[in-house]
Amino acid sequence: MSQRAPLAHARGLGSAKEGAHHWWHQRLSAVALVFLSIWFVVSLISLTGAGYDQVYLWMAHPVVAGLLLLLVVFTFYHLKLGLQVVIEDYIHTEWLKVTSLVVMSGACLVLGLACALSVVSIAFGG
Amino acid sequence: MVSQERPLSPHLQVYRWQITMTMSILHRVTGVGLGLGALLMTYWFVAIASGPDDFADAQDLIGSWLGRLVLFGFTISLVFHFCNGIRHLFWDTGRGFDLPTMRASGWTVAVMTVLGSIAIWVAGYALRGGL
Repeated sequence: MSQRAPLAHARGLGSAKEGAHHWWHQRLSAVALVFLSIWFVVSLISLTGAGYDQVYLWMAHPVVAGLLLLLVVFTFYHLKLGLQVVIEDYIHTEWLKVTSLVVMSGACLVLGLACALSVVSIAFGG
Repeated sequence: MVSQERPLSPHLQVYRWQITMTMSILHRVTGVGLGLGALLMTYWFVAIASGPDDFADAQDLIGSWLGRLVLFGFTISLVFHFCNGIRHLFWDTGRGFDLPTMRASGWTVAVMTVLGSIAIWVAGYALRGGL
């Protein structure tokens, strides 16, 4: 086992140069979601008790479909960034941390794609 | 990494309760909770794309008393994460870090969460014309 202190191991390697990128994207997606989530909640309230045809026509509208796609993209990106920090904070076993991050990122991607493709298929008259 | 037993800092229970600590951990808890909410959103979107029968099943499930309870939980989580998220964005401008302001903004978030969540459901039921 090396007698060198952790700091000595780290010196000279430089920073990862991507810490600010995560922070900044979390904020950008947060600001986008401030507006999109208000719109989505108001839409859901207005759809209370609506039947299938009404919900279908709502989702098929180009403006609604566009906003829903933005909502989906920013929601799952923001979720991925947030859960990443939670995993990095609490899981210290390296292989388990990396595995969790990959599985979590993949799950966000798959769920986001499922949402986006649902919207797109309705928008194109699926 | 050097992995060895290091002395732990005093545990959480030695600290006096403060509104700021509760808001902080709730932001993370509701964030993870809303991840489960995203799962429900995906289910609902896919149900719409799958046609009237699957949509009716989804509406029955979400409209059941248990479904509504879960949805109400997601509403509280969303409103809290929304309000406290704006609090965080405000901090990002470098303002609001003195203790009286932090406590006041924390309590404001708590009150807004209760009022906002109730307002959303009252609006929903009012539009529907009752329970």
